[in-house]
Amino acid sequence: MRRGAIAVAAFSGLLALGPLVLDGYLLSLLALAFAFAFFGAAWNLMMGFAGMLSIGHGLYIGIGGYTVAVLLVTFGVSPWAGLPLAGLLCAGLGAAIAWTGFRFAVRGVYFALLTLAAAELARILFEHWPFVGGTGGFFLPALPPGNVPLLTLRGGPEFFYFAFLLLLTAALVLTLAIRHSRMGYRLMAIREDEDAARASGVPVLRMRIAAAALSGGMTGIGGGLFALMNGSLFPNTMMGVAISIEIMIAPIVGGLGTVFGPAIGALFVMPVHELSEHLAQEAGVFGLNTLIYGLLVLLVVLFLPAGIGPSVARLLRGRR
Amino acid sequence: MSLLAVEALSRNFAGLRAVSEVSFCVEEGSITALIGPNGAGKTTCFNLIAGALKPSSGRVIFAGEDVTGLPPEALCLRGIGRTFQIVRPMPELTVLENAMVGAFARESRLAAAEAVAREALSRVGLLPKAGMPAAQLTLPDRKMLEVARALATRPRLLLLDEVMAGLRAGEAGAIVESLRAVNAAGVTILMIEHVMRVVMALARHIVVLHHGEKIADGTPEEVTRDPAVIRSYLGERGAA
Repeated sequence: MRRGAIAVAAFSGLLALGPLVLDGYLLSLLALAFAFAFFGAAWNLMMGFAGMLSIGHGLYIGIGGYTVAVLLVTFGVSPWAGLPLAGLLCAGLGAAIAWTGFRFAVRGVYFALLTLAAAELARILFEHWPFVGGTGGFFLPALPPGNVPLLTLRGGPEFFYFAFLLLLTAALVLTLAIRHSRMGYRLMAIREDEDAARASGVPVLRMRIAAAALSGGMTGIGGGLFALMNGSLFPNTMMGVAISIEIMIAPIVGGLGTVFGPAIGALFVMPVHELSEHLAQEAGVFGLNTLIYGLLVLLVVLFLPAGIGPSVARLLRGRR
Repeated sequence: MSLLAVEALSRNFAGLRAVSEVSFCVEEGSITALIGPNGAGKTTCFNLIAGALKPSSGRVIFAGEDVTGLPPEALCLRGIGRTFQIVRPMPELTVLENAMVGAFARESRLAAAEAVAREALSRVGLLPKAGMPAAQLTLPDRKMLEVARALATRPRLLLLDEVMAGLRAGEAGAIVESLRAVNAAGVTILMIEHVMRVVMALARHIVVLHHGEKIADGTPEEVTRDPAVIRSYLGERGAA
């Protein structure tokens, strides 16, 4: 626990110095990596700890994003209120999905399909709902001159770099605290063997709802900030299958069920993603980037099935 | 008064009567064994008592209260701890952390849970291996970890499902001693066991099931002399 806390402090402290040496392009790239590390950390609470596979986390990114954006643009509500509301709404959605899954004994892969169905349902609804712009999208107005990022929660790359780094740090601290608490032990017990967990006094329904609510609420807040960063929202990009899948890659590559896995994974995956795009552009081969990216992720999953984080840790332990 | 009383307990699976009108009592402080050939309904009976299955009919009375049909987590809190026939400790966690899952049933703080878990581990002789990943344990140690996790929930009644299966004689001997000590410390034990040597060494009361029905109930001496028991174990010709 103490070593973990020191690691979080070192990780965030070091990255907080980033804007001193990095240019705007790299800052926005890293902000995106932090965002996906944060989404991955939220998703990891459900899948990595409680063993609840969600392949529809786009639901919370989308609902969180649209909540913040619509409140801001249509109702003039500051994101300072919008973000917590988005979090609460998505926590409620997560709880409802977890309850439904438990109530109707929808387990494993079937639970995953339930999460996918919920996300797809929301996407299709939003695509046909004129109030949020339908497929045409929903746009935030341009920033006024003299914008104060801390008031509007909107700004340049440097602002979102810090904003997502702060969110990610909070997620790491929260995950670390959960890992070393009764809740963490109980979630892991459910993941390993639900019957044995229940026989050991674990209130499975309550724990599943708590994990899903926490995960959904965090993702909703992240989705809100994600929307503020992007400035535009489309149902397909905010809650489509693609983003639901994409947020799973970092925690899987970095190490499922570990505190730092999602952050390590995102910081590995994002440069690989960018680099392969550069290579593809220079070679002039359309689609080469996806091929390189896919192959590298495949290699990690094949040769480091526990993820980069645990594999490196094992290596270090072996040397000592 | 009995700590556990099972009254006319039955459970059907799609027409099959896995457990049929079974009644027996477990006295507080005793070690009672539930024996019978494969498919006799022993594990089903355990699952009905521990809440993993709901009975088709009949009642389970624990500590004077009707607990029939309560979920396993509620029964755990009332004082029924259990192990499973197929042991599956959490491989990535240490032995101590595995036992702590059980301790958290009654403790909410990490340090308190750790103390309870350590105590449970020491009772089954696993304390020296507390820091080991559970995946590295040998089979007998994994079985003992299963017992420690159940003990860490601080049960009044401990249900043990075949903890001796697959162990060598020397290994079983150590476990017998551990269980005797656990019982001496005040935990009532109801065990399903195939290894008759272990049953005879530990149990003062034996309940015999066959085809889902109780065919004998008594002291080891009474049960081993019972013609119905001899028939069920050795077949008709063996009894003749």
